[in-house]
Amino acid sequence: MFKYLVEKEFKQIIRNKFLPKLIIVYPIIMMILMPHAANLDIKNIRVSVVDGANSSLSRELYRKVEASDYFSSVEVVQSYEEALQSVEKSKSDIILDIPASFEKDIVKTGKTAVYIASNSVDGMRGSVAASYLATVVHDYSRQVAQTPRAMPVVEIISRSRFNPSMDYKVFMVPALIVMLITIIGGFLPALNIVAEKEAGTIEQMNVTPVGKFLFIAAKLIPYWIIGFIILTITLVLSKLLYGIVPVGSLAMFYLLSSLFLIVVSGFGLLISNYSSTMQQAMFVMFFFLLIMILMSGLFTPIDSMPLWAKAITAINPMRYFIEIMRMVFLKGGNLYYLARPVIILCGFAVLFNTWAVVSYRKTT
Amino acid sequence: MSSEHKPVVAENISKTFGQVTALQNISFETERGEMFGVIGPDGAGKTTLFRILTTLLVQTSGSAFVDGYDVKGDFRKIRKIIGYMPGRFSLYGDLSVEENLNFFASIFKVNPKDNYYLIKDIFHQLEPFRNRKASALSGGMKQKLALSCALIHKPSVLFLDEPTTGVDPVSRREFWQMLDRLKAIGITIIVSTAYMDEALLCDRIALMKNGILLGVNSPAGMVASYNNRLLAVKGDDMHSILKVLRDIKVVKSAYSFGHEHHAAISPDFGGDAVEKISQELTARGLNDTLVKSIKPSVEDCYMELSAN
Repeated sequence: MFKYLVEKEFKQIIRNKFLPKLIIVYPIIMMILMPHAANLDIKNIRVSVVDGANSSLSRELYRKVEASDYFSSVEVVQSYEEALQSVEKSKSDIILDIPASFEKDIVKTGKTAVYIASNSVDGMRGSVAASYLATVVHDYSRQVAQTPRAMPVVEIISRSRFNPSMDYKVFMVPALIVMLITIIGGFLPALNIVAEKEAGTIEQMNVTPVGKFLFIAAKLIPYWIIGFIILTITLVLSKLLYGIVPVGSLAMFYLLSSLFLIVVSGFGLLISNYSSTMQQAMFVMFFFLLIMILMSGLFTPIDSMPLWAKAITAINPMRYFIEIMRMVFLKGGNLYYLARPVIILCGFAVLFNTWAVVSYRKTT
Repeated sequence: MSSEHKPVVAENISKTFGQVTALQNISFETERGEMFGVIGPDGAGKTTLFRILTTLLVQTSGSAFVDGYDVKGDFRKIRKIIGYMPGRFSLYGDLSVEENLNFFASIFKVNPKDNYYLIKDIFHQLEPFRNRKASALSGGMKQKLALSCALIHKPSVLFLDEPTTGVDPVSRREFWQMLDRLKAIGITIIVSTAYMDEALLCDRIALMKNGILLGVNSPAGMVASYNNRLLAVKGDDMHSILKVLRDIKVVKSAYSFGHEHHAAISPDFGGDAVEKISQELTARGLNDTLVKSIKPSVEDCYMELSAN
């Protein structure tokens, strides 16, 4: 009996005009585009330089800026007002104002000041750009300091562990896998159940001896299998496209992914139980998906969230799985190190699935 | 299938949805192998009653038994022995005709070949389309497929909720002929309909209105128990005639019935009813009216019962 139920689900998925294509194309698009697009590295900063000094030293300064990877274009303008207009027209991100007395001051006193004004409409980009520019100016000032300093200079050299080149893609790929599993493993089966509700076929099933566990299990299993196929696709793509391979074992990768599949499919079922139309289910899902993604540490670090937001992330299962995935991919931690998030995810799995089964009533 | 139990027994079933009372103290019994019709207009509570009897809904009070099994406690057993065809087409549109049939056979753990004799007549007409997707079938064919799927496990009781709603007259007649053959095999059929003419095709009928059971009887018995005298009135100004009829004292009720009006005359009136009504109509300026005495139909019984 169970075999036929699963067989029926597979037939329906394969015959759907749209779904099989989506299931294959979606992870590929996500893996090809997203790691490049969802890039938090601040690059391509455009600088407007007001060169009041117009001297060899000042030219040397902004050539140094030009040489940096972070700055894409350096435009020299006549006045601060002109630079400001350039920022207003979004042609420039940051202004470097070099005073007329620049060279004179350096030669005379060894001390001078430049003015940096940064466009902070995007606060993050603004402040990062300003600090990059300040670093360049700082480097330059050390270079031109004619007399060796009496004071020893403490130089800080930072090295990034687990992601030595600070490549944002390495950080993004595991998180994208989490999103894919959530959508394919959690939301598709739930929508499938609501679709049966809408079509009335669920009623026909309910007057048969097919039990509720069996019916739901037959719905979930095809999507779990699809989930594993997608995991494999993403794994192959991340190796081929980005050379990113999980540092941890593949067995661990699949094992923990299946745990998360159970969590999200339980969550999806829960939504399907409380929804009577696809529209309703879709909306509720997007509501939770957005909150889950924004509160998961996928884009913004949880540590920099305010306290109340941190408290919310504690009940976000996605947060734990992203933690686990990043560990498995970048650090290769074993189960002992992952114990806390894994145990919490197990808790979510039990909670969602029990709730889903209890709230699913065939008789009402 | 147990022979000592009545196929369906309802005892004071009530169902409320919040403030709305959908069913009120419904009680009836069906006999084995009979065609039992539940007749009533939309909103009478037919579907709610069917959903309770098929274990899809739990009644607020009262109890019901199918083949001796309680719909509340023994719902699992009931689901094995009943066939249910909901009013709305609810098979899998993306599976083919044959796949739907095999699927429903397999979840009842029966081999479709074993019970094929039950559906042979019906499925025969579907044979040319066996590989077509169910969603691509015509209305009449969909309904035949749904009936086949509801029968494939040889149910002891078959519930058909408004099977002929929205079906053309020829297909309707065909459908009832199929039901007659199923009855002959010994399957108890509970069928609901809003068409009064179909009531005559049932062995016994239950008339329902606004969640209340008005009466249970055979169509003939129902008509026989009608004790008013019934007149049919026709004329030029049908609208005024109806108004006038309702004003006449001896007329218990008057309602339009197709292209004429029916007037129920109280049995207490001793005189010539046709004469009396003709006079009354003429007295009020309505000439050229045709009044004749007629035999009541099930619908007249329904109007009489629902008026009380």
